[in-house]
Amino acid sequence: MIVLEVSNIRKNFENTEVLKDISFELAQGEALSIIGSSGSGKTTLLRCLNFLEKPDGGKIKVNGKLLYDGDDHTRFSEEEIRERRLNFGLVFQSFNLFPQYTALENVTMAPLLAAKEGKKGERDSAIIENGKALLDKMGLSDRMDNYPHQLSGGQQQRVAIARALALNPNILCFDEPTSALDPELTGEVLKVIKELSIEKTTMIIVTHEMAFARDVADKVIFMDEGVIVEQGDAREVIENPKEERTRQFLSRYSEG
Amino acid sequence: MFITVTLSLLEGFLGTIKLFGLTLIFALPLGLIISFGSMSKIAFIRYPVKFLIWIIRGTPLLLQLLIIYYGPGIVFSNNIWGSGEGGRFIAALVAFVINYACYFSEIYRGGIQSIPIGQYEAGDVLGMTKTQIFFKVILLQVVKRIVPPMSNEIITLVKDTSLARVIAVYEIIWNGQTFIKSAGIIWPLFYTGVFYLIFSGGLTLLFRYIEKKLDFFR
Ligand SMILES: Nc1ncnc2c1ncn2[C@@H]1O[C@H](COP(=O)(O)OP(=O)(O)O)[C@@H](O)[C@H]1O
Ligand SMILES: [Mg+2]
Repeated sequence: MIVLEVSNIRKNFENTEVLKDISFELAQGEALSIIGSSGSGKTTLLRCLNFLEKPDGGKIKVNGKLLYDGDDHTRFSEEEIRERRLNFGLVFQSFNLFPQYTALENVTMAPLLAAKEGKKGERDSAIIENGKALLDKMGLSDRMDNYPHQLSGGQQQRVAIARALALNPNILCFDEPTSALDPELTGEVLKVIKELSIEKTTMIIVTHEMAFARDVADKVIFMDEGVIVEQGDAREVIENPKEERTRQFLSRYSEG
Repeated sequence: MFITVTLSLLEGFLGTIKLFGLTLIFALPLGLIISFGSMSKIAFIRYPVKFLIWIIRGTPLLLQLLIIYYGPGIVFSNNIWGSGEGGRFIAALVAFVINYACYFSEIYRGGIQSIPIGQYEAGDVLGMTKTQIFFKVILLQVVKRIVPPMSNEIITLVKDTSLARVIAVYEIIWNGQTFIKSAGIIWPLFYTGVFYLIFSGGLTLLFRYIEKKLDFFR
């Protein structure tokens, strides 16, 4: 079943076209990796999906529902944007945890606020139990009451993943989740993402970890200068790229 | 003599505290409004506000006191401050509030702008409202960052209140100085220094306590 349909998304910053006609689909339970050199528009694409950036055209559909339509010029209210973006979760490169809250509070804050507004029928105690279970799953059961500055980068990023999962997004996006980490800490984060993919979490992962993309993702998209150069089965694209540009890009990673 | 001096200085100190306290009560919120003005997306608001801040921070408070007190009388040939002690106090208060609101506004602006955009965006993608993001996520981080510069500014205010005497607002130094003429003694002036030291010392302890309280996060 197709969860996400992105068609002909365009985005300009001032006069430069950063995304040109981006189209792809994602099925339920699939993990999609987006690769490409820096500046190719990967972050901008994720930000468009999460309504942090407004595309200049195209369509975004989730579960058949049109969330964004470039031809429809009615402006969304803040409320409508909030509702739409909850289809997606986003894990940032720089974690962006809230420093004055503990790991558990970071995870439960948004669901508790939503429950207070009457958006979710869940009881507070159920939300907190769920938060604890998520942190436990991230291997952080003994870190729940720590503040972000008391955690390593890898631990912080796992809290951020739990925080995104706590809202049950249809599609979880990761923007280079290990790029800000020391090399010895990337493994623990990649491991939990891999576990999520085994559980069939629908995900989009922007990454420079080619081996990880090949082994964990179902599909890969290679982007260059705002266009999708090549997309397909992850192993196929990474091991046997069809396009010259993909080959050049990948050759820079195969040496190390 | 010691008792007489103490009582007189206490009375003067009451004037000092009154000017200090009222300046804070008005300048703290006004500063926040001015800081929003100086960060406004609308150039028609931002530039005049920045201009005002530049003028106020670029000229001496003493000069501002004199202009605010004497200015209206000369320009409109009518003393809008009312006569007597009360009128002079109000003029001094207005000058202090404008001056300190501008200084505070720059501290607020620095604090607000130092919060990484990622904090807002993290709140956004979690479906929080702008109001929730400001009050639940941003505010305490701003407070933590502005406590040290604010405490400096507020302790400076304690001492700056003495400038009000140029328009004959009674405060503690004024009262201390009268003893030089009336009794030929200088020690009451040193004694006023003790009042300042105790008061600013207390404030320093208070701010240190607040900083400690906010030490649980970075
Ligand atoms: N807010 C912005 N304003 C102007 N240009 C931007 C902005 N954000 C990104 N860009 C530009 O868009 C291009 C794509 O950026 P980005 O999506 O961050 O690429 P990637 O994540 O693949 O490195 C870059 O050339 C970048 O300089
Ligand atoms: Mg990027």
